[in-house]
Amino acid sequence: MSGDGRFGRVAHLAICTAVFVFLVAPILVIVPLGFNAEPYFTFTEGMLRLDPAAYSLRWYETVATDEQWLRALANSLVIGVSATVIATVLGTMAALGLASPAMPARPLVMGLLISPMVTPVIISAAGMFFFYSSLGLSQTHIGIVLAHAALGTPFVVITVTATLAGFDTNLTRAAASLGADPWRTFRRVQLPLIAPGVFSGALFAFATSFDEVVTVLFMGGLEQRTIPRQMWAGIREQISPAILAVATFLIAFALALMGTVEWLRRRGASD
Amino acid sequence: MESADTPHVVFDGVFKSYDGEVQVVEDLRLSVREGEFLTLLGPSGSGKTTCLMMLAGFEAPTGGSIRIGGKPVEDVPPRKRDIGMVFQNYALFPHMTVAGNLAFPLEVRGLRRNDAAERVRRALELVRLEGFEGRRPGELSGGQQQRVAIARALVFEPDLVLMDEPLGALDRRLREEMQFEIRRIQRTLGVTVVYVTHDQQEAMAMSDRVAVFNAGRIEQIAPPEVLYEEPERPFVATFIGDNNLLEGRVSSVDGDICDVVAGGETVKAFLVSPRQPGDAVVLAIRPERIGLAPAPGTYSNEFDVVVEDIAFLGDHLRVRAALGDRDAQGGAADFIIKIPNVVGHGAVLAGDTVRVGWTPTDCRALVPDERRAANAAPNQA
Repeated sequence: MSGDGRFGRVAHLAICTAVFVFLVAPILVIVPLGFNAEPYFTFTEGMLRLDPAAYSLRWYETVATDEQWLRALANSLVIGVSATVIATVLGTMAALGLASPAMPARPLVMGLLISPMVTPVIISAAGMFFFYSSLGLSQTHIGIVLAHAALGTPFVVITVTATLAGFDTNLTRAAASLGADPWRTFRRVQLPLIAPGVFSGALFAFATSFDEVVTVLFMGGLEQRTIPRQMWAGIREQISPAILAVATFLIAFALALMGTVEWLRRRGASD
Repeated sequence: MESADTPHVVFDGVFKSYDGEVQVVEDLRLSVREGEFLTLLGPSGSGKTTCLMMLAGFEAPTGGSIRIGGKPVEDVPPRKRDIGMVFQNYALFPHMTVAGNLAFPLEVRGLRRNDAAERVRRALELVRLEGFEGRRPGELSGGQQQRVAIARALVFEPDLVLMDEPLGALDRRLREEMQFEIRRIQRTLGVTVVYVTHDQQEAMAMSDRVAVFNAGRIEQIAPPEVLYEEPERPFVATFIGDNNLLEGRVSSVDGDICDVVAGGETVKAFLVSPRQPGDAVVLAIRPERIGLAPAPGTYSNEFDVVVEDIAFLGDHLRVRAALGDRDAQGGAADFIIKIPNVVGHGAVLAGDTVRVGWTPTDCRALVPDERRAANAAPNQA
């Protein structure tokens, strides 16, 4: 019996370790490679010996001074922030509307709003490409902002809906009985209380836009290259550890986002 | 603001239905006087809360009209009705301090910061929560939150305040304390209060008048003592306090007093509304109005009953007895008798046959309540 128990524990540990290795190793391996002194995607002998001379910040410097990378970063931020603002406003309004008892056909509308999340991106992107082209919006910043807003809105709808599930509707009634109009009620009572949901939805929407490459591939021109699109080009055209430096930066950025969401969740839970 | 004889609030033939079939509120007629404390009392689902929500403007009547200060309010949204509202779960804004909660309606009305602070201070004084300005609702006890909710409903000086089971979440001791508090505040300010509760003791303790709701209608509206002493319907007779109900038929009528045959006995009873011999009535006799082992001839109603059970309840004894023969056709009627626990009540044991009696005026002959059956059929209106 004790032998079985030990075997079980070892197997359990082995499986868990394997899962983590497969999940994390491919991501972690990128980080040191980004500090490679040589223009290769592989570990040099010097790197394996931990020779300081084999490591360098040259690729970070390249990225930080390269006009294309800087423009991609600017594009990503501008598109990401704009799409996030649109997705957050629309998603929050949609969630508030869906939470109203007067809302007809709620499951249908909810399904429609969530659909960009479950539709394969390649399909949305292809569809958007044809639709936006006919409106003259392809190869414009506005087009990509709108496309990313559509992809990001479902996250806001879901997080805000979840927050509203615990929202006491008597609070809005109380505000009305005290004389507040709907806008003041929203600003002073609802928004402060659902803010954690709105904010984490906004972060998800931003991350969606920031990571997104497929619609940008379809709809973006040279002027609209974002960081993921620039990486895509980099991998195909000029294999350089600069991509890995950017990737390391993105990993750090994603960790910061996840940490923020988790912090918000805990703060929300403790209230 | 209006002449003294204009009622503050009027429900004029108000109907409310959510599905178009079942009437939650049916042909409601009710006026609330200026400065009155009126309680809507009834079991859950009787329509009392729906009435309050219609008055506040959160629900729209499907028929009839509601007037406040003589003006119809159908087109007035809740925020413009200027009604203070206390919710069952308090509905305090959890992200604002006590002062922030109280200042909210003042801020909405554009009061200057200093004036608002002064009003907030006075409102907290009124509910005896001085010094709590900086606390958040989450840091207060249930009773304190309730006081803040009341202060917030009063701080903008509305003429009309609605309270929806505001004491439901408090324990008994605190509830009784708050009943006095609310009554004191209402008298101090002279505001009109419409109060909803399902607790008949609460309604009796606080109200100028009580409207007893049952299945979407008002059964009776009267001051507490009248409801208790002179119930007009069997529902009211049993909902307010304890009562013994006996079904029977009128055999003869002599002015206000009639003879009723019930359980094989003839009982003299007070006729509440005109009835003819042969009509069905329900007799209602309060357990504490039944005299035990009286000197013969004390009462015009005297019967022998068999004591079946006795419960000692401290200040009184509760005797369960059977009137009539258990084995006879139709059986016997159950009777509850309350005997005050005072010196000389005499020893009564289970199984004893004792003589009981009551005066005809303590025995009210009511029209049987047939509306429950009628109400079960959808859409009578």
